[in-house]
Amino acid sequence: MLCQECRKRPATVHVTKITDDQRTEMNLCEICARELGEVELLTEPKFSLQSLLAGLLAHEASRAERRPVAEDRCSNCGLTYQQFTKAGRLGCSQCYAAFETRLEPLLRRIHGATAHTGKVPAQGARPRSRRDELAMLRHELEMCVRREEFERAAELRDRIRELEQRSGES
Amino acid sequence: MAGSANRLSKWMEGTGPFSDIVISCRVRLARNVQGLPFPHLMQDSQAEDLLQRLRQALANQGARSADHRMTLYRLRDLAVLDRHVLVEKHLISPQHARNVAHGAVILRGDEAVSVLVNEEDHLRIQCLFPALQLEQAWQLASNVDDLLERKLEYAFSPDRGYLTACPTNVGTGLRASVMLHLPALVMSNQAGRLHSSIVKLGFMVRGIYGEGTEALGNIFQFSNQITLGRSEVDIIENLRSVTAQIIEQERSARELLRKEMRHQLEDRVWRAYGILTHARVLSSAEAVQLLSDVRLGKDLGILTGLTSAGLTELLVMTRPGYLQKLADRQLSAAERDVQRARLIREKLRAAAAGATSSG
Repeated sequence: MLCQECRKRPATVHVTKITDDQRTEMNLCEICARELGEVELLTEPKFSLQSLLAGLLAHEASRAERRPVAEDRCSNCGLTYQQFTKAGRLGCSQCYAAFETRLEPLLRRIHGATAHTGKVPAQGARPRSRRDELAMLRHELEMCVRREEFERAAELRDRIRELEQRSGES
Repeated sequence: MAGSANRLSKWMEGTGPFSDIVISCRVRLARNVQGLPFPHLMQDSQAEDLLQRLRQALANQGARSADHRMTLYRLRDLAVLDRHVLVEKHLISPQHARNVAHGAVILRGDEAVSVLVNEEDHLRIQCLFPALQLEQAWQLASNVDDLLERKLEYAFSPDRGYLTACPTNVGTGLRASVMLHLPALVMSNQAGRLHSSIVKLGFMVRGIYGEGTEALGNIFQFSNQITLGRSEVDIIENLRSVTAQIIEQERSARELLRKEMRHQLEDRVWRAYGILTHARVLSSAEAVQLLSDVRLGKDLGILTGLTSAGLTELLVMTRPGYLQKLADRQLSAAERDVQRARLIREKLRAAAAGATSSG
């Protein structure tokens, strides 16, 4: 079979797309497939470091056969460790603390080390800006509402109001 | 204009140490902002907020020449072809080109710096230089990092370093890479062995268009895998010394080819040159392979009048997006093959004419 795009080279990439129950099939050579961006769709999840990592994690999870429990969730962004093992991506910077005990052996396997020895931000000493804190609190509030943790949400709402009033005065 | 088809990126200049083998080098720093979830969990308002803060950070650049001034572009404001060209110039990733909702890119005028905003991490600061200039790329990336940090508080932990969406980047957040042209190692069937020994040393090997792409035109990309537990300078020095060894091997393989197979080698180079200067239809895979042969011919002194920069430029200009940008319209695969052949013919003939008139 020849590639339907260039009609010169043999078709080695066969793409079946299903959108809204419509099935379309394309038979392409590797070159045209790449140029049309079809190969990207195919190879990206297969070869990316992230998906390899996700595979590694999934394997680990299935071996351990753990069911999701309360401490397996990041209290800041709501991501569960299970979600992390599927996607290979953490939800926020606080996930590192939330999943610390499970990440430590993983970091050792990836990097052969667990402690940073490189550059440090210059402004470490600068106090956190009110704006940053507000953004963080608002996000946390949203997450609490989604999880229906209304008591905690009410506390956060009051903190936000207090901060907003203070910044209004200054 | 972002990713203008008229200008070359800094990395395409073709000059610098070991430019006969090292096409370009890159240093990338992954950074995230404290208090915001990572991009895949960001709300619209949070993504907008980050973009706004970056605009403020860029407002304080002081007096800079147009080449050194940095500008933020939202991807949704760029035409599809312009985004395609940015990918082909290695200024953004293919994934980022599709990220029209929240994605943005900060480009320095000379395109030596590109900062991917809201890709996998909030910021991916990239510096691309021609030839083997990793230290310079690292210095520049670190300077841009310092500039942006004045307006942003980074997610950083003293134990784990710069915190990234994927734990494979945590620590320094640094990925250093080199793009090498290794035709002699491929011709002498040594590329496979090189590949496996490099991987054992903790480096990654990929084709020129990133993850999951094969090595087209004998061009390979090598990069560090480990980002945590080593300093930036150590990581860069490791990659530089591995690269120096690969350069040594490629050079001795070239020398051997020249001694043992002189006529076959010259024949291959001249045939490639003949096809490129006369063909009327060229696929991108064929063009890339022939351009590799011609580049080797130039490096060994078989062909004169050509420059590394000119050949690198052709490598980028003959990609599908770039060809369509030059034509200023969508082209079918068949039309692109015709345009590609014409462009290569014209450029090679202009180079030959220039060499005759100046020599």
